[in-house]
Amino acid sequence: MTDTSTAVPAATRQSIDTAAAHLKRRYRAERRFKAVGLGAILLAMGFLVLLLWTIISNGASAFMQTYIRVDVTFDAAAIDGDDLPGLVKSSIQQRFPAVESRSEKRELAGLLSSGADLDIRRALAADPSVKGTTQPLWMVASDDVDMAMKGYVSRQPGLAGNRLTDRQIAWLAELEAAGAVKKRFNTILLSSGDSREPELAGLWGAVVGSVFSLAITLLVSFPLGVATAVYLEEFAPKNRWTALIEVNINNLAAVPSVVFGLLGLAIFLNFLGMPRSAPLVGGLVLALICLPTIIIAGRAALKAVPPSIREAALGLGASKQQVVTDHVLPLAMPGIMTGTILGMAHALGETAPLLMIGMVAFIVDIPATPLDPSAVLPVQVYLWADSPERAFVERTSAAILVLLVFLGAMNLAAIMLRKKFERRW
Amino acid sequence: MTLFILTVVLLALTVLGYRLGRGRALAVVEGHPRQLHSLPSYHGYWVALWCGLPALAVISAWLAFEPALLHALVLAALPAELQALSDERLALVYNEVRNVARHGHPASSAAVAEAARHYASLRQILFISVATGALALAVAGLAHARARITVSLRTRNRVETIIRVFLIAASLVAILTTVGIVLSLLFESIRFFQAVSIWEFLFGTSWSPQMAIRSDQVGSSGAFGAVPLFAGTLLIAGIAMIVAVPLGLLSAVYMSEYAAPKFRAIAKPLLEVLAGIPTVVYGFFAALTVAPFLRDAGSAIGLSVASESALAAGLVMGIMIIPFVSSLADDVITAVPQSLREGSYGLGATKSETITQVVLPAALPGIVGGVLLAASRAIGETMIVVMAAGLAANLTANPLEAVTTVTTQIVTLLVGDQEFDSPKTLAAFALGLVLFTVTLALNVVALSIVNRYREKYD
Repeated sequence: MTDTSTAVPAATRQSIDTAAAHLKRRYRAERRFKAVGLGAILLAMGFLVLLLWTIISNGASAFMQTYIRVDVTFDAAAIDGDDLPGLVKSSIQQRFPAVESRSEKRELAGLLSSGADLDIRRALAADPSVKGTTQPLWMVASDDVDMAMKGYVSRQPGLAGNRLTDRQIAWLAELEAAGAVKKRFNTILLSSGDSREPELAGLWGAVVGSVFSLAITLLVSFPLGVATAVYLEEFAPKNRWTALIEVNINNLAAVPSVVFGLLGLAIFLNFLGMPRSAPLVGGLVLALICLPTIIIAGRAALKAVPPSIREAALGLGASKQQVVTDHVLPLAMPGIMTGTILGMAHALGETAPLLMIGMVAFIVDIPATPLDPSAVLPVQVYLWADSPERAFVERTSAAILVLLVFLGAMNLAAIMLRKKFERRW
Repeated sequence: MTLFILTVVLLALTVLGYRLGRGRALAVVEGHPRQLHSLPSYHGYWVALWCGLPALAVISAWLAFEPALLHALVLAALPAELQALSDERLALVYNEVRNVARHGHPASSAAVAEAARHYASLRQILFISVATGALALAVAGLAHARARITVSLRTRNRVETIIRVFLIAASLVAILTTVGIVLSLLFESIRFFQAVSIWEFLFGTSWSPQMAIRSDQVGSSGAFGAVPLFAGTLLIAGIAMIVAVPLGLLSAVYMSEYAAPKFRAIAKPLLEVLAGIPTVVYGFFAALTVAPFLRDAGSAIGLSVASESALAAGLVMGIMIIPFVSSLADDVITAVPQSLREGSYGLGATKSETITQVVLPAALPGIVGGVLLAASRAIGETMIVVMAAGLAANLTANPLEAVTTVTTQIVTLLVGDQEFDSPKTLAAFALGLVLFTVTLALNVVALSIVNRYREKYD
């Protein structure tokens, strides 16, 4: 630019030069600023990727479980005497007849899970005629064997502090060479209740508990939330009372969830005497947490319905309530449903308030009604995360994956609902 | 189960009531609904309400009072030597009676077995009488309402009044929740402060809530000075804010000022995913990955980092809060009028100069409000600190050491076996009261700032 303007006086020329240099610096600052902004977003997304990758890489292997094939002699005496665990032990001892001493026998039995007798029970139930015969049977391996097969525990003999003894490692190698060790899809994880043994622990009890809790939450918070939103948006006079209710709802939305847990403990459990650990109480507490979300989403959806709809209906002689129930509410329903699903998804991931009302108990049975003690998915994650066994790290990650799949499905449903019914007036 | 059947029968009766009422209304005008004051369906609803509501009220009352009533009746029928027991023992006996009667547990004595039989029969008699009463009431209500249907009966107005009452009652639930929170926290806290002085709680620097259960136990006398908890909470929340505020703010600026619509359409939902992940997952991530990583990194450069360091919990909490800060900041930045930006461009400012010197100062009140909201979220966050921060109540400002927080202590004090009257469990409610007050104050301030800001540019 400067070389063309030869007639410019020296002083002006100098200031143009400084301005140009300055401008370069300013543009550099501009690019730097933009890069920092992009960097912040990428960093945040990097955290998300790291988080998901950690969970998936830890948890994916939990969906497979190691099984060991042993020839089981379905001894009628042991079956009638209901000594199936004894049968498991004698079967694996027959596989390794050289084992003599008690401690060796104990180590040998430690290859199989303490719940391996369930496999025998299942085989008997499937085909009672096996009684008295000898059949090969795949039985659940113990968590240490499972971890070793998946490479989380070393299989190198002679390591101090290894969960598997050298003898167990040798036996395992022998079994593997004979093709008697394999990994199968882990149905236990998805179909049974909690257990102290990682290889027997399942999520089904927690899933059922979550479903019961969320059903109660939905039944309570949806009608109440919609009714409140309709009242505040369509009928309420603008006075101090309704202003109070509004402020109150906004503040409730920001109260820490653990405080709702204290409320549940003090009112539902201690004052009203409801059962501890029950999805009923969990659902009620979650409903109170969800309520502000649904009300706020509902009001936004109602507000988005144009006044002309109301005026047209009123003009045709509808009463105010008929306007709302027959016209405004159906038009606002997709928005309300989207808000409700998002609120439910939030409730599904909520943990802290449920700890307060005793939903952290160790519960093996699958709950049959919302009054039975039960865990829920996020609490199950918390409980397993606290367990010291290595195998529970893997299973915790798997439980998180299941939880995230449920959450993802709910959010996807909300997005699709919004896309399908979104309406610009 | 029986209750379920009763509810189903009642529902069926209500539906029947609707049909009968509607049919009756049409019959009254001989098939000319235009002569009616209200639509025929309103007559149906009216009869259905008459049928369902009174019966529902009876059943609710029974559900509410059954335990107390059974308690009184069964205790009154207990043999004298059992009645002479102390209140706590008596409660245990009654609990056993209930378990025997309802869950088929074996009874420990003949008296208990007898009481359990009494309990079961009383319960059955009560249920049958309530069920009969409710159903009779439903049928009577149905018949009464149906008989009153005339051409000029204003059923629409009546039904709408009932609906209106329901709407108002529903909107009071939010108020009741707040009242419930305040009352439960307040009452239990007052009981706590009768045992521990409020000054010691608020300003004491030693926290060890283990109380001796028997007087002859050694060691644990219990100290309830909550200052280390407050300090730990502030430390972790502070670290979280140091992570979240710059990252969230910068992403919001990039997202609203620079990003192409396509990039924004992908990046914004992805950021929101961070907010949708349950906190228990973050807690697991912090404990499993971040804390060991920080410990190893620290020992590599010669620093000793606790395995439950405040830094790990704070970092992960910060990540969780990023989308919260960024979406609030995004809102306020977009709300800054375009004319301000154009004026700045007209004076020759670059985009970044416009943002830092015009847009951000104009949006500052809103951003401050958003940051305060995020801070209240950080203070109230529970699962991350429960899983990744420690239980040791250290009074320290060193982020590499383990600290504990208010929410961690609330959970620890209340999980597991608890007797309800010990200062240990009551302390959780006092902590809850502090937490509730602080977050409420932060929210009120933040919301008023945001609202005032919004009014300025609307």
